[in-house]
Amino acid sequence: MDNQMIFDAVQEIFRDNFDDDTLVLTRETCADDIEDWDSLEQINLLTAMEKKFAIKFKLEDVRGLKNVGDLLDLVVRLTA
Amino acid sequence: MELWDAGFDTGALLAKKKRYKRTLREAGGLVPKKVAVLSGATVGATQDMLEVYLLAAGIDPTFHLGGYGLFYENLLFDDGTLAAFAPDVIYIHTCLHNIKRLPAPADTPAEVEALFAAELARFTVAAKAALGFGCPVVLNNFDLPTARVLGNRDGTDPRGKLRFVRRLNEALASLAEATPNLYINDLAYLQAQCGMDAFSDPTAWYAYKYPCAIDKLPLLAKSAAAIIKSLFGRNKKALALDLDNTLWGGVIGDDGPEGIALGNETPTGMAYTAFQQYLKELGQTGVLLNVDSKNELANAEAGFARPDSVLKREDFIAFKANWQPKSENLSAMAKEINLLPDSFVFVDDNPAEREIIRQQLPGVAVPELSAPEEYIRALDRAGWFEVTTLSADDANRTAMYRQNAQRATVEASFAGGSYTDYLKSLAMTGEFGHFDAPHAERITQLINKTNQFNLTTRRYSAAEVEGLIDSPTHLTLYGRLTDRFGDNGIVTALIGSLAGDTLTIDLWVMSCRTFKRELEFALFDQLVADARAAGVKRMVGRYLPTPKNLPVKDFYATLGFALTGETADGAATYTLDNLEGYAPRCTTMEIRRV
Repeated sequence: MDNQMIFDAVQEIFRDNFDDDTLVLTRETCADDIEDWDSLEQINLLTAMEKKFAIKFKLEDVRGLKNVGDLLDLVVRLTA
Repeated sequence: MELWDAGFDTGALLAKKKRYKRTLREAGGLVPKKVAVLSGATVGATQDMLEVYLLAAGIDPTFHLGGYGLFYENLLFDDGTLAAFAPDVIYIHTCLHNIKRLPAPADTPAEVEALFAAELARFTVAAKAALGFGCPVVLNNFDLPTARVLGNRDGTDPRGKLRFVRRLNEALASLAEATPNLYINDLAYLQAQCGMDAFSDPTAWYAYKYPCAIDKLPLLAKSAAAIIKSLFGRNKKALALDLDNTLWGGVIGDDGPEGIALGNETPTGMAYTAFQQYLKELGQTGVLLNVDSKNELANAEAGFARPDSVLKREDFIAFKANWQPKSENLSAMAKEINLLPDSFVFVDDNPAEREIIRQQLPGVAVPELSAPEEYIRALDRAGWFEVTTLSADDANRTAMYRQNAQRATVEASFAGGSYTDYLKSLAMTGEFGHFDAPHAERITQLINKTNQFNLTTRRYSAAEVEGLIDSPTHLTLYGRLTDRFGDNGIVTALIGSLAGDTLTIDLWVMSCRTFKRELEFALFDQLVADARAAGVKRMVGRYLPTPKNLPVKDFYATLGFALTGETADGAATYTLDNLEGYAPRCTTMEIRRV
């Protein structure tokens, strides 16, 4: 899976999760940009990503994720 | 596939919960309920999933969430917010990690016993404090520890953590058995169902304080939601069952009764026999069994006449074996037994028949079926028939409905004659009394299960019903109806509140078993007599519309009440001023006051 495919899949996960088909992500998008993106939704996003990419995040993986770019890098690292 | 179906993909639920919530709310027809969720484990995601399942069961929940990990403090030292919220149900969302200390191999027996007593007391006190808010309480029991420092001995040695938690779970079961209004959400069962290692996820606990792996949270919430919807009368009530390849193997019209697969001689026969046994036991919990099959009637009945058929003809209420479309049969049987189609679960091995029911009767639950050995699980895991009370009445319900079918036969013999003569021929006796302790449980059940003849659809907890016994500011009545075919049990209840010379009817319910028997008139006659004796000059009744209680929309008008107020949402207020001029209406039954 290349980086663009991962980006598209993550964007789809965000759209599903926030029930907003018009949502457009950038690497810089963070919790401040999406009103409902709180700690609970962060967990739901991570869970959906685990399912989508068939990966499992470890405790250390999920700390200090600041924005969409961090999420993408994490998926790229674990699916490499 | 519906949310409550056993095979539903719960992963999709987590990802698309917002969409589900939106579409379920848009569909409407929901009863509002206030749900307090108290935290041992994190409650946010559990609340999300609870909300989706309750919406799918026809309940629109408003939530009050306790502080993280503060279930004990929030319940025992409420700062007033929980009391002000006035919950309809309290869910205490605790898990293994909320046990403060588990025993260790170095502990002495006395230390272990002290620990056990302390932990049990803490959860008992929390549950009792929750019950003090006057509503039902759902408490999680404990998932089992996954590590065993003593190996297999962990399950037998009192110092073993496994033994300790199993003992706690057994003690909580005893507590629930002895405590009205307390219900256990069985985390230990869910953990076993999923497999310990799939359910108990250390990352989910350390990172998020979730009681289980995130993908198992919907299952956990569904289990709690099943209890809550059952308490609020939102269970399914009846089954419409296909026959060929559903209750036995083969096609009875082709193979004959001796040729179908049933009984313990063959593996396939055993699977069908086990399914019949499961259905028979569902019947004993009060679920009504009905046949909906494309067959000749005589062939269909011959299947149940086999000596090794667990289900017999008399286990069924409606028995539709004909060549009509099954959706029409289902609608007809619903009408006959006075239920709405959406109280039914339709069980059929044929995907085409299932699809037709889904299209024609969208409220009916239709489980996916594969092989006969999987049928039980498809029904059992859905949670449609979650049992929160099990009274003698439940086991007898089939008999009562069968008596109703006999009454219908008598009624048909009066066709063209007078309905009053038919009612008199039933030799009915109405027995009426004020709410009392021996009948409180059944009255509570009736109040919370009745949806059609229910003027206000207000629900009362067991504690609230008990609080009305001997209340000087209330008038209460329950009614039991017997006739020459049998005893219907307690089938109607009414709660009125007194203020000066006005009696306001807060609640009036009657079971659909006894529609059109003049029991509502008999009860009202009694109410008028009681009200006059209490100095009442004026009665006020309210009709609050729901999708299910349309049949009683004009009920107060038929009693002579005048419409004195109506709001845009259809809620209506009726008043009866000339109580003195009221003449008793019921002439068809003998009245007994107890």
